[in-house]
Amino acid sequence: MQPETAGTDAIRVDNLRFAWPGHPPVLDIERFTLHRGEKLFLRGPSGSGKSTLLGLIAGVLSPETGTVDVLGNDMATLSAAKRDRVRADHLGVIFQMFNLVPYLSVTGNVTLPLHFSPARRAKVGKDAEGEARRLLGRLGLTNETLLGRRVSDLSVGQQQRVAAARALMGGPDIVIADEPTSALDADARDRFIELLSEEAGRTGAALLFVSHDASLARLFDRAVDLSEINKAGVSA
Amino acid sequence: MKALFALAWKSLLNRRASVLLTLLAVALSVALFLGVDKARTGAREGFGHTISGTDLIIGAPTGSVNLLLYSVFRMGNATAEISWPTYQELATRDDIAWTVPISLGDSHRGFRVMGTNHAYFEHYQYGRGQSLRFAKGVEMDDLFDAVIGADVARELGYDIGTPLVLSHGLGKADFGSGHENRPFRVVGILAPTGTPVDRTVIVSLEAITAIHVGWETGAKNPLSDSITEDMIRSFNLTPKTITAVYAGLKRKGTILRTRREINTNKGEPLMAIIPGEALAELWSVTAMAERALLAVSIFVIAVGVVSILTSILTSLNERRREMSILRAVGARPGHIFGLLTLEAGLIGFLGALLGILIVHVLILIAGPMVMQRYGISLGGTGPGMTDLLTLLAVTGASLLAGAIPAWAAFRRSLADGLSVKL
Repeated sequence: MQPETAGTDAIRVDNLRFAWPGHPPVLDIERFTLHRGEKLFLRGPSGSGKSTLLGLIAGVLSPETGTVDVLGNDMATLSAAKRDRVRADHLGVIFQMFNLVPYLSVTGNVTLPLHFSPARRAKVGKDAEGEARRLLGRLGLTNETLLGRRVSDLSVGQQQRVAAARALMGGPDIVIADEPTSALDADARDRFIELLSEEAGRTGAALLFVSHDASLARLFDRAVDLSEINKAGVSA
Repeated sequence: MKALFALAWKSLLNRRASVLLTLLAVALSVALFLGVDKARTGAREGFGHTISGTDLIIGAPTGSVNLLLYSVFRMGNATAEISWPTYQELATRDDIAWTVPISLGDSHRGFRVMGTNHAYFEHYQYGRGQSLRFAKGVEMDDLFDAVIGADVARELGYDIGTPLVLSHGLGKADFGSGHENRPFRVVGILAPTGTPVDRTVIVSLEAITAIHVGWETGAKNPLSDSITEDMIRSFNLTPKTITAVYAGLKRKGTILRTRREINTNKGEPLMAIIPGEALAELWSVTAMAERALLAVSIFVIAVGVVSILTSILTSLNERRREMSILRAVGARPGHIFGLLTLEAGLIGFLGALLGILIVHVLILIAGPMVMQRYGISLGGTGPGMTDLLTLLAVTGASLLAGAIPAWAAFRRSLADGLSVKL
């Protein structure tokens, strides 16, 4: 799906309010933006509603009120099917636990998003495996013998690079990283963020990096503290 | 679809141990169902092909199924016989074109012996009007000549010229059972027919009379051994009784009238049956048991399909993260639904395919034994429409069964959102 507007914001959240059924609001955000091509650090302690906000941006949750505009698409008003399509075509997600599909090979995991998005498939062209190899190489996974192996055979650091390559596959407009470095030591963590930023910058993708570790803010264009913009301020 | 198929396949391979067990359950249930069906079809086809072109079978009054079974299928025994003069009256009726008299009651090493005459080789037909054909040798000419069926020759290793001794009654022993003093010689071997003819030793009616000289009281007279072969040949060997008669009519349209007239014969009581009608009666007797057996095997298939449902349903919880990952990388709920349904369909399809393979390998191995023991030919029932329909039905039922866990996963994938931290 092509963006309906060509504004400067990749993500724009206005007057967002969300509560789980029978519970007090988790999120009450007046405004939150991620500009196109920007690398934004979103900080928040555990349970502050970070994952809920990401779920709303990705379109798997719907707000009570307010708008969640992703590349010109108001996720709050789109049908479930259209939200799924926006996510498949424009979003790449990296999880804290990497969440790779255990029974697929490294290449199988990296090329997985292409199966669900014709748009991303078209961007990559016919040589999906070549693109996977290239992305993994740029992220430091250069050992070609690893490509055919199951991801469960890889080290944590290697799995993390596979997860990053999968999120970047097919050049999504937005890459969301949800605490992807919590299992790494400081050096590996900084190196990984640099590589991720570089690769996102090369494709022009906006990067929304979420973490509770405030020290990472220096590695990004801008930092936002969720507890400062979330007026609900309760544990999620 | 291709991508989903590949994902489903890899997912199944990842759980190969439990999937293999489920697959085996489906395969065995399908094999049981098809095995029952093929035995049923084989029995029906075998019985149906055993006799053709014969309009009436005439014997002493008994049940029509019983008359059919002993006269054609060599199962059971006649309760009474027909006298030779009555047979001659039948043979000379205006509406009857030909008759084949048969006499049963003796055996050779477990194979039934049938006394008859040249008319048998001329008129007896099986399958679709096929006549008997000699693989080797010729019809009986001498009093102590015998023609044997293909199975008799193969199993006993007999050839032209092999001597053989008949036993009184249906015992399996060669000697000490009565007729060892009247040895026969094989003069002809019939080509295989796939009917009880293959398991029959055929001799002349006169030979049956000859071997029973000295048996007039029903037991062997000790003095009968002193009667030489030459003396026997000089006797009048016209049989006094026969077991049954196959008859062909001049005009098929008179069949009901002829049957009625024979059944109400003024002299010796007789019974005439139309082979096809008696066969239909036999099937109506066995139909209930067949239906029960088929119902049981269908239920066994249902259990196999339910095992697919159970195996996928129980794996759902441990696969929540996998579903969330797929959703995060762009899979829509429909993809999740499709993936699990496809997995169920694949297990059902492969299980049914394995079941079909098992049943045909078993037929290949056990078919000859079933033929030998029960006279049911399973060999001709190769993969066919029933196998294809079973394959499609089991795959369809598995897809439907898979829809239940697929729906649960679909709902859960919506509720779980992007990140399940298990």
